[in-house]
Amino acid sequence: MKVKVLYFAALREQLGTSGEEVELPSGVATVAALRSHLRSRGGAWQLALAESKLVRTAVNQDMAQPSAAITAGDEVAFFPPVTGG
Amino acid sequence: MKVSVQAQDFDAGAEMRALSCDPKVGAVASFIGVVREVGMTLEHYPGMTERALHKIVQEARSRWKVMDCTVIHRYGALKPTDQIVLVAVASAHREDAFAACEFIMDYLKTQAPFWKKEAAGWVEARASDDKAAERWK
Repeated sequence: MKVKVLYFAALREQLGTSGEEVELPSGVATVAALRSHLRSRGGAWQLALAESKLVRTAVNQDMAQPSAAITAGDEVAFFPPVTGG
Repeated sequence: MKVSVQAQDFDAGAEMRALSCDPKVGAVASFIGVVREVGMTLEHYPGMTERALHKIVQEARSRWKVMDCTVIHRYGALKPTDQIVLVAVASAHREDAFAACEFIMDYLKTQAPFWKKEAAGWVEARASDDKAAERWK
């Protein structure tokens, strides 16, 4: 099961990528689980997505809570709290 | 209802005049955000940003008598005194226009995916913005 993952702003810079296709291991079915899976890559991933960091998420372009479900083909975005206006 | 996320500047006067064409409109309330002191680059999430702004406008329409509304937000490189955002709301009376305009701005600040980067780095989100949005709950 694959999902499209996007990164914005400071996260994009820290991770050195604006997005990727991620193959989800079985059992990874929520935003929180995906974040934890990405963090397990270590290095910049572990730092930028650390639990202590304020990271907002969206699923299919709607703001989503960590408990939100994700399924094949979803677009999941990780980004810092927004600062527009 | 008009929502636009764009790099180019906007003519606030023309936008507000367009909202008062309808003779039933008795009030147009507006807010313009301007770059203060230091230049910045604004990043957004194409697609989601427009979607989020539309949702905020819909929420405002469900709470107040909004006859028409325009939200324009810029992205890209901006320098001090440049306009960043325009929210303008037309209604029959001022109460609805003022409230809806303020609500849209408060929600935009916390819900619309934009990020400001200055020379010193990414701008941190402010707790006071979360508080401002909370009071409409």
